[in-house]
Parts: sequence; structure tokens; C-alpha cells
Amino acid sequence: MNTKTTSGSQIGRSHPRIEARSKVSGRAEYVHNMRLPAMLYGKIFRSTVAHARIRGIDVSAARAMPGVHAVITAEDVCRVIPNPHYGPAFHDQPILAIDKVRHVGEPVALVLASDPHVAEEAAQQIVADYDELPAVFDEVEAMTSEAIVHEVLKPAGTFPDLKHLEGRSNTNIALDYRLRRGDTEAAFKGADRVFEHTFRTQQVLHLPLEPFVSIAEPGEDTITIHTASQSVSFVRIEIARLLNWPENRVRVKVPYLGGGFGAKLYIKLEALAVAAALVTRRPVKIAGTMEEQFYTITRHAAHLRIKSAVTEDGRITARQCEVLWNGGAYADIGPRVTQKSGFTAAGPYDIENVSIDSYALYTNLPPAGALRGFGIPQLVWAYESHTDMLARELKIDPVEFRRRNLLRNGRPQATGTLMKDAAIDRVLERLATRMSWDKPFDRGSGTIRRGRGIAIGIKASIAPTTSVAIVNVYADGSCGVYCSTVDMGQGSDTAMAQIAAEVLDIPFERIKVIHPDTDVTPYDMATLGSRSTFHMGNAVRRASEDARDKLVALAGELGVSAETTPISELFRKKYGMQAGNIVGVGDFIPGYVPTDHDTGQSPRVTPFWMIGGTGVEVEVDTETGHVKLTRLVNVADVGQPINPQIVETQLSGAAIMQLGFTMFEQMTFDAGQVTNASLADYKIPGIRDIPAALENEAVESREHEGPFGAKGVGESGTFGVTPAVANAIHDAVGVRLTTLPLTPEAVYRAMCAARGEPLEEE
Amino acid sequence: MSAAPRTIRFQLNGEPVSAEVAPHHNLVELLQRFGLFGARESCGQGLCGCCTVLVNGRAVSGCLYLAALIDGAEITTVEHSPTGELDAVQQAFVECGAFQCGFCTPGFVLMSRQLLDENPDPSDADIRHYLSGNLCRCAAYPEIVAAVKLAASKRRNA
Repeated sequence: MNTKTTSGSQIGRSHPRIEARSKVSGRAEYVHNMRLPAMLYGKIFRSTVAHARIRGIDVSAARAMPGVHAVITAEDVCRVIPNPHYGPAFHDQPILAIDKVRHVGEPVALVLASDPHVAEEAAQQIVADYDELPAVFDEVEAMTSEAIVHEVLKPAGTFPDLKHLEGRSNTNIALDYRLRRGDTEAAFKGADRVFEHTFRTQQVLHLPLEPFVSIAEPGEDTITIHTASQSVSFVRIEIARLLNWPENRVRVKVPYLGGGFGAKLYIKLEALAVAAALVTRRPVKIAGTMEEQFYTITRHAAHLRIKSAVTEDGRITARQCEVLWNGGAYADIGPRVTQKSGFTAAGPYDIENVSIDSYALYTNLPPAGALRGFGIPQLVWAYESHTDMLARELKIDPVEFRRRNLLRNGRPQATGTLMKDAAIDRVLERLATRMSWDKPFDRGSGTIRRGRGIAIGIKASIAPTTSVAIVNVYADGSCGVYCSTVDMGQGSDTAMAQIAAEVLDIPFERIKVIHPDTDVTPYDMATLGSRSTFHMGNAVRRASEDARDKLVALAGELGVSAETTPISELFRKKYGMQAGNIVGVGDFIPGYVPTDHDTGQSPRVTPFWMIGGTGVEVEVDTETGHVKLTRLVNVADVGQPINPQIVETQLSGAAIMQLGFTMFEQMTFDAGQVTNASLADYKIPGIRDIPAALENEAVESREHEGPFGAKGVGESGTFGVTPAVANAIHDAVGVRLTTLPLTPEAVYRAMCAARGEPLEEE
Repeated sequence: MSAAPRTIRFQLNGEPVSAEVAPHHNLVELLQRFGLFGARESCGQGLCGCCTVLVNGRAVSGCLYLAALIDGAEITTVEHSPTGELDAVQQAFVECGAFQCGFCTPGFVLMSRQLLDENPDPSDADIRHYLSGNLCRCAAYPEIVAAVKLAASKRRNA
């Protein structure tokens, strides 16, 4: 075997996905395909009110229906799980509602039957009697509202920075994060100019085409969970905690995912399936519908206030940000979004005085969690709209204004962490070049006006998190990579195989990636936040190096050349036949220093930075407000791409998804009830929504701590899209939109208002 | 749930088969009983294209198509492969990386084949128009357009 370690044939190659054949032939394995003998189907009965005490639940008619095996309420759950509250940040979410419901769509009861149609019909026969309570839906109102969603805060204890919230009551504030750098107050007092703007984002959802699905299979003293999850290790640990069992009695398996985007993290249907399986002693499958996704997990609506002090020559000297995140009725990972994204709320700029307050709020809406960007797209929307507004007020070109304030490597970010391997300047410059920013631009004529806009954003990788990998070299020289990273479409199986093939110098085709199975694959924090290429990629690299070192040692022991002897020959010589294994293990946890509670300062707040920028050209129809994107340019720093083709699809796919959140996607509510919970009423981008010109570029860059110079890419394409479009609309027709989505109606209303003829509100 | 099941007979991927179906069963559920999971119910409203199945050679939404109605029909699913090899469309999807999670891919493959049967040399606009009833949340749309064009040239040169 060859033992070279330099980057060679495998890295930077656009191998087709390892599972490509199974996906185009319809044979790829999803939980959706799976059926077990004697399996029951569960259908959920959900709350129809936003906030209420449960007076009673009448399940008699459902229970009496022929074919119904059982109907379960919280009382039954508590018999097998005495304290059935779960959650990654707070233990606030009950498996089925106990005493109270806190949002429309909250699970209240579960019907089990061998025929899913019977279960569905029976669930409609359940009647709950509610004593309705005042509800709060708006994040600003939630700060001071009389309606309180949770009597007492119950932080999970996993995160040290949430401990101070333990036992707080009479508040909807689930986390109050603050960052202080320099002296913003003094800077505002002495400023040439001060500008303040407020922005709002709407609630949207992930909507993977594979809805939520989990199967729990009880054994004698074990439970196996087959689930469409991005976080197998979390599910195992959380279910083991709920059951008070050791981890090794809980097994969690995931095949492929039909999309995740942050929806399928932590506990979704798993705990309910486990409770039902333990009550009935039968395998239980709960497959949610498209509609049920709208009640399960969403992206935070946010209210963002941002204020800057600037000098006449265009230097930002201070920035103050206040962000209120509408977390819905259960915290999920919202408090992490509040903090981990909150600290970049001032943007990719070098600002001496920064003050950030970021609040996670409970409301009586469906819960909000992580959605492709972990809060960053909401923040970039605010700070890049605001930055453009500053530039225009000062009559400085928006690109030039950004240049003057850009955060460069070696300079401290708002947390005090010195920037490293962050090609923010290159992203801006490549964007400007691709957009021909310094060339004359056709501004259109008549009723069609043209404009262009850019925006850039940064994101810190979540920290500190651990990945562990095992590489098993089999006796014929083929190899298995065991890791708990979930391939939900981002191509992680392919990237991990390329990394192992590179280190071991064996053909890509000889590598198999073993799918997450907690009995088999080792711990991984989760597949989220664009962390897998960097964290798991490093773990796989180290495990492969460990295996390679052992192969070299074996060759030495056998007195043969490690360079020229085939791996199969080494095994044959050692064991006298095709037998044995060489197992390499690797783990990875990057360095991290927690942020100071009062100032948010840390010398090392993230293992790496993601940078994404977007430029757009638009045509606005002044008679209708219709905005047509004629060009969309995405530029990002992804380090060295492991697989350039997959990286490009990730960039463009992320940008198109964000385009939906920008132009039309919006959950609408009436008294907490989602009024557009279907694909008929909630439109997502289709093939005709793609701009005629769509370009993607990964800039020259290298992440020195990443595997072969790589870093994460899954979210970077989302960052700049929304403000770039808003900036371009302003450039075209001179109106500034501060609320999403940027619908034709919103544009038209703003244009009417701008010429002093505002339209009546509906 | 009380209506009596009835026996239907049909051709499934070239083989004669029969099944007992109740009036409320849809085509996707029926196919699952034959171990075919490529047609997937996602939106449940015939809007996303994930459940695409060919009935007598025409694409339908399997989630809205009652199983009982296929008595005597010829059903083709994405799994059907007379040669055991990928066809030009599937090969092109692999080469262009025209999918991410793969959940919607069978629908796109079947619709792209039908498009190329009707129009061997479609323009970008033709492709966008024809595939507008299929949704891909991963948004691999640019790659899908490229794959359909590549498949068209593969088929013309075959």
C-alpha cells in the first residue's frame, strides 16, 4: 500500500454520489419504506386551541372503533415514562400534553391500529374539553405579556450558560443573551451620524418532502428506534434519560433522509413512538403528514432593531442590536439560536463598540428551531439591509462602504475572537467582480425598472461539539467507514468516503459508509450547522490515519514493504487466509472557550467561520410590484471543496431555498391556527422560480484545521439572498421593505406609499 | 373502513399480478405491498410529484389515484428496468448530480422520460414548463435541467 499523506487523487474530485444509483432507481432506503411484523400505526390527535387547560379528553368513541388497538394519553405515557418532558435546551416539552396545551397542533392523544386508515378515522372521534387561557403570539408582546406560556423555566442542564435560568417564573424570556464590546453609549454620543432601523422576519418552515417518521421496536429489555433523524446520538441519550436506562439498551438507526434542513433534529416523533411501543409491547410506526410538519417545528420569526454610529467618511464606529426571537411554545434549540447566532448580529464588520441583546421568547405558536442557517439568515437580512441604507444615506457606493468596514483576518470579531481563515474580503471582491459592479448598469425604462444589490454574511460553527469515527479495513482490502453523520442529501457519505480513500490510498469504490446505528457507529453530536465536513471529516481522517498506521506496522511485523504490498496480501500473510480486520479510530473536538456571561467575550468562540455573499439583479414591474430575479450570484468561502459538484449544488440549493423564504413563503395564522398548512396554500420554490442566470463560486480558500482544507457549506448560500433582493428592489424603485416576504403586494404598497398615495390596509 | 375489498388484476412492471384492495386504498399504498417504495406520498394532494406512477404509459399522482381503478391497467414504476441497467435519464441524473436527498427523484425521472418521449430536443423553457408539477425542496433544479438536456443528447446519440 501507499502511505502518502499529501492531497492526491481523491480530494477535489466530483465523484457522483456514492448512493446515486439507488436514488435514481427509487431503491434508496428511507424509514418511510420500513414495515415490521405486528406493527401498529399511530395517528396523533392534536390541540385545536392555542393555550388552554385540558378539562378532559374523551377517547371512548375512538377506543370503541373496530380495529383500534389502543388510545394513549399523557396518563398512559407517564406509566412508562414518569417524567415525560424532553428537549435539547429545556426539558419543557411533554410527549403528550399534560394538563395544558400551549399551541394549536400540540399532540394530545395517540390512536394505534394495524390499519393506518382506522387509526386516522378514530383520531377524529376524540373530543377534548378545554378551558381556554389568554394566549400570546407576537414576540414583542411576549416580552411583557400577562399571558405566560410556561409556569417555570426548566433548563436541561446540558448547557452551562442556561443554568442561571433554572426556576425562573412569570416570564416568557427563555434566554437573555448579551454581548458588550467597547463603549457603545459614548460612541453614539460622539458620532457624526446615527441611524436606527427595525426589521421583521416571518415564520416559515423546513418542509422536507419526506415528512417526519419514526418507528419504535420494543425488545425484552431494549428499544430500537428507526427514525428520520439528523441526530442519532442525541435521540439515544435523550430516550435513555427519559427511560432511566443505560445508553446501550437504546438503539437508534437512520437510513437516508428525504431532506432535513434542521427539522429532524433532537426529539420529534421518537419519544412518542417509544412510549406507545412500551405501552403496547408492539412495534409502533408514526408517520406524520405534510400538514403535521406545520405544527412540529418551524423557523423563528424575529424582530430585529439595529442602530449604528458612522463617521461622515463611512466608518461604522458603534452598533447596537436587539433581536427578539419568536420561539413558539417549546424551546427546542431556540435558546442556542439566540446565543450562537446572536453574537454575529453586528455583521462581518470591524466595529470597535458593539452591544447585542438577543432574547429567546416563548409564545403560543408552533415551536421554532434550527433551519438552515441557525438564525443567521434573519440577522443578515437586518444588518445587510441596514448597512445598505447607511451607505446610501452617506452617498457612498454600497460595495465601497462595506470594503471600508470589513472584518479582516487577524482583527477581533465582536466576541473578541481574532478572525482566521475567513475570506470575507475575497467573497466581497469576487461578488463585485462577477456583478461587474463598477460598470454601467441598465436601469430599465417605462414600467420595468432594474436594480441590483449585494449582501454578505458570516456564521460561526457551533461549538464545542464532538465527532467520533471508526474505519474498518476488511481482509480483501475493502473498507467500511462507521460514522453517525446522517446523509440527508448534503452528500456526507460521499465526502467521508473520499476522505478515507484519500488517506488510505484505496479506490473510492472500495469504501462503504455504514449508516448511523448507535449499536454500531460511534458518537456524533449531530448532523447540523454545516459541522459534519469539518468535525466528522476530521474524525474520519484521523480514524483512517490510525488504520493506515496499523497497516504500516503490520507490514513491518511481516517484513514486507508497506508501499508495494496489497492490503489483502498483508491479511493473508498474517492470518493464513482472508480473515481479520484492521480497525482505526479517530475523534475530533475543536478548541473552544465559553463566552463570558456578562460581556459575551471569548478568545475562541468558533472552530471556523462560514462566509456567504449574494448578488442579484432584478426587474420590478412598477404597475404590479412584481419582482423578477434575472440574475442570482452566490459566492462563498467553503475552504477547499472535497467534492466541487456537490458543493456547488449545496450553494445553489441553499440560495434557492432562501429565495422562497424571501419572496413568498410565510406561515399565516388565525388565533394561533396555521391557515395555510399544505403545499396548496404554502408555496415553495419550483423549477420556474429559478432565475435565468444562476452562478455559484467557491472562492480560493483553505481552512487550516479542516480535513484537507475543507469546511462547512450547507448554509452559506442562504446568508445574503434576502437583503440582496431587498437592496436591489430599493435600487430599482427606491422603496425600502423591512418586513418579509417581499411579495408583489408589499412592493406595490410601498411604491404607492412612497408617492404619497398609500393603499388602504385590508 | 367497512367497504368490502375486491380483487383486481393488472400488469405491474411487465408482470401480471393481482391484489385485494379496499375502495379507499390509493395506488401508492398498493405498490408498497409489492415492495415498491419509489412512489412516495409526500404532500398528499397531487402537488409535489413524489408519488408519480405511470398508468397505461401516462404519469399520474399515485397519492390521488384509487387503487381499485387500475384493474386491468398496465402500471410502470421507477423501479422498472427491463435491462437491469440505468436508462439515459437516470444516467444523466447521476452524472449531473441532479438530486440531493433523492426523495423527489423518482418523480422527476419518470416525468423527464415522458417529456423526452414527446419532445426529444426540449429547450430550457420546455423543460421548466413540463417539470413544473414536480417539487424538489433541495432545489437541485439547475442540475435537473442540465440532466434532462444531457439525457436528450444521450437518447439522440444512442
